[in-house]
Amino acid sequence: MSEDMWELRLYVAGQTVKSMTALANLKTYCEKHLKGRYRLEIIDLLEHPQLAEGDQILAIPTLVRKVPAPIRKIIGDLSNHERVLVGLDLRALDPS
Amino acid sequence: MPNQSPTPLRPLSQLPKARTGIEGLDEITEGGLPLGRPTLVCGSAGCGKTLLGIEFLVRGILDYDEPGVLMAFEETAAELAANVASLGFDLPQLVADKKLRLDHVHIDRAEIDETGEYDLEGLFIRLGYAIDTIGAKRVVLDTIESLFSGFTNEAVLRSEIRRLFRWLKDKGVTTVITAERGEGTLTRQGLEEYVSDCVILLDNRVIDQITTRRLRIVKYRGSTHGTNEYPYIITEEGLSVLPVTSLKLEHNVSDEVVSTGVADLDAMFRRGGLYQGSSSLVTGTAGTAKTTLAASFALEACRRGERCLFFVFEESPAQLLRNMATVGLDLQPFIDSGQLRIEASRPTLNGLERHLVTIHRLIGQFKPQTVIIDPISNLVSVGSHSEVSSMLTRLVDFLKVQGINALFTALVSGNRGQQEMTDEGISSLVDTWIHVRDLEGVGERNRGISILKARGMAHSNQVREFVIGEQGIRLLDVLVGPTGIITGASRLAQHIQEQARQLAAAQEAERRDRDLERKRRVLEATIANLRTEFESVEEELRRVNSEEQQRHDTLAEERRQLGHSISAQLPATPNGSGA
Repeated sequence: MSEDMWELRLYVAGQTVKSMTALANLKTYCEKHLKGRYRLEIIDLLEHPQLAEGDQILAIPTLVRKVPAPIRKIIGDLSNHERVLVGLDLRALDPS
Repeated sequence: MPNQSPTPLRPLSQLPKARTGIEGLDEITEGGLPLGRPTLVCGSAGCGKTLLGIEFLVRGILDYDEPGVLMAFEETAAELAANVASLGFDLPQLVADKKLRLDHVHIDRAEIDETGEYDLEGLFIRLGYAIDTIGAKRVVLDTIESLFSGFTNEAVLRSEIRRLFRWLKDKGVTTVITAERGEGTLTRQGLEEYVSDCVILLDNRVIDQITTRRLRIVKYRGSTHGTNEYPYIITEEGLSVLPVTSLKLEHNVSDEVVSTGVADLDAMFRRGGLYQGSSSLVTGTAGTAKTTLAASFALEACRRGERCLFFVFEESPAQLLRNMATVGLDLQPFIDSGQLRIEASRPTLNGLERHLVTIHRLIGQFKPQTVIIDPISNLVSVGSHSEVSSMLTRLVDFLKVQGINALFTALVSGNRGQQEMTDEGISSLVDTWIHVRDLEGVGERNRGISILKARGMAHSNQVREFVIGEQGIRLLDVLVGPTGIITGASRLAQHIQEQARQLAAAQEAERRDRDLERKRRVLEATIANLRTEFESVEEELRRVNSEEQQRHDTLAEERRQLGHSISAQLPATPNGSGA
């Protein structure tokens, strides 16, 4: 079960509209497709600017899939449902 | 009414600038890059954009104590450090000292998907964090357009880059942004040049198989700047720009006169030498002792206690020393004392710019009062005509501004018509032009020297023959024969004739002296004769006189005695004695 545990990080910069939209969208997808199998970490770069370098963050908001490998990054407010699922490779895991 | 005291004219307030510390760049930008504003450095591959950026940071840290941030989009920190290590820049050390921060931004299109709206706030935060942690005053972004390969939404990028420039300005950091040159535009995206306050264009071109790098300030908001293309090179010590054509003709002049090292030549100038800080040119065909003249000049400068820098492009220093020692010009002691420095190199070793930079740098280091370049004509082999000409112009200007006594030699071709012309056209730049040439006569060649021009000084118009002996150069007096001036063997012949004539004259004089002596002796003999004659006559006369006197005396005595005897015989009657 633990290898199926997804680790996601969402980088935001303050409570901007884009960040809030992204977070809301992400939560919807995760609840729908990854319920109980994911850990979501939200990093506010305004509070922890030193973390930006580690994951090579340029754009805000950026969603990083740390596990499973390989690392994937999706930038933007995650409003395009299809692209997010393809980007995260979620379809394949979805049994339905 | 208040007393209005005249206020002195204040210089116009200048845009605050951040000195780059890059050789020459601060001169053409009149003080450096705009302080607290972004500057774009664009150019094609291999121009040294990144180097300029790094040098700007490193010099800022070392020379002006301004910490800096380098955000590299193309190379990693380790690569950059390795690349500039050869220039003596120790990036890891600066990073350890918290003076420099290297941030490599890695963009991989394959890793990134885009869905919906985003901005580059992350980049801003990273940069801001880097700046704030070390208190950076300088930032270099190399190369920002790499962002365009990482993100597809160009509209967002363009607006974000605009925002970035604005943001950097607000941050008050002096920024250098590098960019690749685009087709027909300064940058690929045609964006950065409009949002930068200063744009520097680097160019790398090959003309006649010789690469020259040129730098030009395309724009500089709120400031004047040099507008020309300036050659620059990448030396062992970083970038070096030559701003020499921006010089104005406003160098100071001196009334002092310095010797050429040849006393007889000095005498051909009204003031007895060359003006201090002037440039002189010695032209001549092959083998006319140009180098010897130059060495005399150098030696004289050293004897005056000056420092002298001697560039030779034809001989090795040892060869020069040996050759000059044979004509009594012993330069070795001054080399030992460090007053004289001989720099020998093949002209083809480097491009012209590099030669010029080398000369500049050595002059900067050595601070000589006298510089000799022997010969400048050899530099022609490494550049096109106009380039050499412009380089020499810059060189002469530079030396004049520094107030350095300069002497150049130039080889001119032997064609009679062109003998007094220099190819490089620098004769108009120099103050004094001395020409040495062959005087070919009856089966021999002799050397003649003449002054073609001497600005601000009357000079001899004669072509003087000179010889190189063991005591250096000596000028011979002018001998004018029936067919013009006389040199060499003719001079010798003339000399012998002269001697013969003098001998004859001397003999003649002697003979006349002897004649006179003889005459005097004869005269004296005659006088002696006459005197003897006179004496004998005088003697005779005296003898006769004295005999006469004697006779007279005797007669008188006799008469007196006779009178006595008569009176004794007669009676004493008063009237008896009358006869």
